[in-house]
Amino acid sequence: MTFTRFLIRRILTGILVLWVVATATFFLFFFRPVDAVARQLAGRAASPQVINEVIRRLGLDQPILVQYWHFLDNLVHGNLGYSYYNGQAVKTIIAQDLPITASVVVGGVVLWLVGGLAVGILSATRPRSTFDRVSTVGVLAGLSMPTFVLGELLIIAVFVPLNQRGFSWIQTGYAPLSEGLIPWMGHMILPWITLAAVQAAVYTRLSRGSLIDTLGEDYIRTARAKGLSERRVVYRHGLRAALTPVVSQLGIDVGALLGGVIVVEQVFGLSGLGQDSVAAIDTGNLPVIIGFVLIASLFVVVANIIVDAAYALLDPRVRIS
Amino acid sequence: MSITEVQFQAQAVESAPEEAIQGRSQWQLTWRRLRQDKVAVTSIVVILIMVVLAILAPVFAAALGHGEYQAFTGAGLSSAGIPVGPGVHGFPLGTDYIGRDLLVRILYGARISLFVGLSTTLIATVAGVSIGLVAGYFGGVVDTVLARFIDTVLAFPFIVLALALAAIYGPSLLIVIGVITFFSWAGISRIVRGQTLSVKEKEYIEAARSLGAGPWRIMFIDILPNLLGPVLVLATLYIPTAVVFEATLSFLGIGIPAPTPSWGVILSEAQTYYQVAWWYVVFPAFALLITTLAFNLLGDGIRDAMDPRTERLFAARRKRRKDSVTLKDSEMPHTPPASVTGAG
Repeated sequence: MTFTRFLIRRILTGILVLWVVATATFFLFFFRPVDAVARQLAGRAASPQVINEVIRRLGLDQPILVQYWHFLDNLVHGNLGYSYYNGQAVKTIIAQDLPITASVVVGGVVLWLVGGLAVGILSATRPRSTFDRVSTVGVLAGLSMPTFVLGELLIIAVFVPLNQRGFSWIQTGYAPLSEGLIPWMGHMILPWITLAAVQAAVYTRLSRGSLIDTLGEDYIRTARAKGLSERRVVYRHGLRAALTPVVSQLGIDVGALLGGVIVVEQVFGLSGLGQDSVAAIDTGNLPVIIGFVLIASLFVVVANIIVDAAYALLDPRVRIS
Repeated sequence: MSITEVQFQAQAVESAPEEAIQGRSQWQLTWRRLRQDKVAVTSIVVILIMVVLAILAPVFAAALGHGEYQAFTGAGLSSAGIPVGPGVHGFPLGTDYIGRDLLVRILYGARISLFVGLSTTLIATVAGVSIGLVAGYFGGVVDTVLARFIDTVLAFPFIVLALALAAIYGPSLLIVIGVITFFSWAGISRIVRGQTLSVKEKEYIEAARSLGAGPWRIMFIDILPNLLGPVLVLATLYIPTAVVFEATLSFLGIGIPAPTPSWGVILSEAQTYYQVAWWYVVFPAFALLITTLAFNLLGDGIRDAMDPRTERLFAARRKRRKDSVTLKDSEMPHTPPASVTGAG
């Protein structure tokens, strides 16, 4: 019961957040003079009549509140509008880009969490061992490494030499899953590593510190005194409590993840949501920008609800309060 | 020489003569521990070298005779129009795609990176601490609104806003500083708010209030000094984040506009030349990495030095060092055994 109410409340707040984001983006872009947008569309040499026609056709001559009402009305009916440039529905563009971006995100997140947590747990259970020291150095290097630098270095140090030697599995660009799992992974492996490495470093450090603290607690000593196996003590008793700060950090990092996706798509030439949103902003393509911002916000909101739900499941105290 | 005399001498040598029995403040203790941390000291040295190099960038440019915008299409490019490598034709680190001196541009880039890193962290820290204190101290509606706002900022995809602003106003240094600051204060606020919530329940705050102290006095005079430790650690760790942030924005073409030599701009230009000019990527990347790494290591060092739990570690290290010193001393006559001086 409480859990359902929690979910309903979070979904309602989520919708509110989405509305605020949509409105903010909409008005933010109207600080831009409309004839600048029209001029860009119509070309530099366009006559004033042509520019006025473009403004009228796009509906930019109407009062801003009317335009805003239109925009909200369309939004509620699932219409995200049409690109200023080629008239393509924003929904179609998103549908085209989504598989690419989803490929990057899903693989990257799996690698990030599995890698980060595994190394963190192994380090925490073997403090001051060689493994721990090496991983600490790796974590610091990862934390200091900007995503795009890592991407460029991977291209120089992995992609170029391997392809020069005729080993062409690892590629840049994109191959859809329909071409087969193996080629898809070959195109995705470098973006995944790039996206995951920086974030994994944060999680390795976080989970290591948290688990070391937890393993020093009295109830862990009690568990050991009861004669439980070390594996059971660490994984059943220690890990559950140690993971709560890690999970709450996850909610914060979802936004940073999107930033990473934009960079990764740029470095590896993947035309997903990230790269296309950079292009749309470059050309002032308002409907596309708002569509992308809404998708990004939707992702953040949903991810945060999932994280909070996971948090409540991990830590029963949260559910009561 | 009695044992008490020896002990007194040992203590007197260890600290400055007049404050032999004086208590040390938390900051003195922290500084003392930090000085013994080799990694932290090395980081400080690296950061200072970077700062000096950044300040001296015009001197290097003058000595080499290469301006930061000056393109040497003759000496700076090979006959095929490719950048020349390190050491060729008097370019210590080679040239970039239009024959500009890479070393000079990297040094000027250090100015931008350090300036952006330090200025944004300073503004974000002041703003973050103030907002966190207000939210934590006043509580109620003020706290609910501010805490929600903090959470929203923390979860917002910052690059989207940066892209939007850059698209509307054109990329500039001011926008870079504005965007980075806007997304940095919230993390500090969250920590300060949490700490304020617990500190404000302490008895001495109640005492201050009963003496008639107003809310602002309590917040900034009574509560704030207790929070400076974690804030300092966080601020040190925000500097490298801001440096990376600036480089990333510039790399995407929405930060510092080219041809201004920012590390992100240089690396972005280098993207198409990595197959023919490795130095073009490797040197700016190295400058960026070494700077962020030094700040990260320093932040870690300060955190360890502040943490009372690590005191035992440092004490053990001090003891070991002192023991080895006394061993050498014991070769001379009339020196006390290690067990006497080693106590501490």
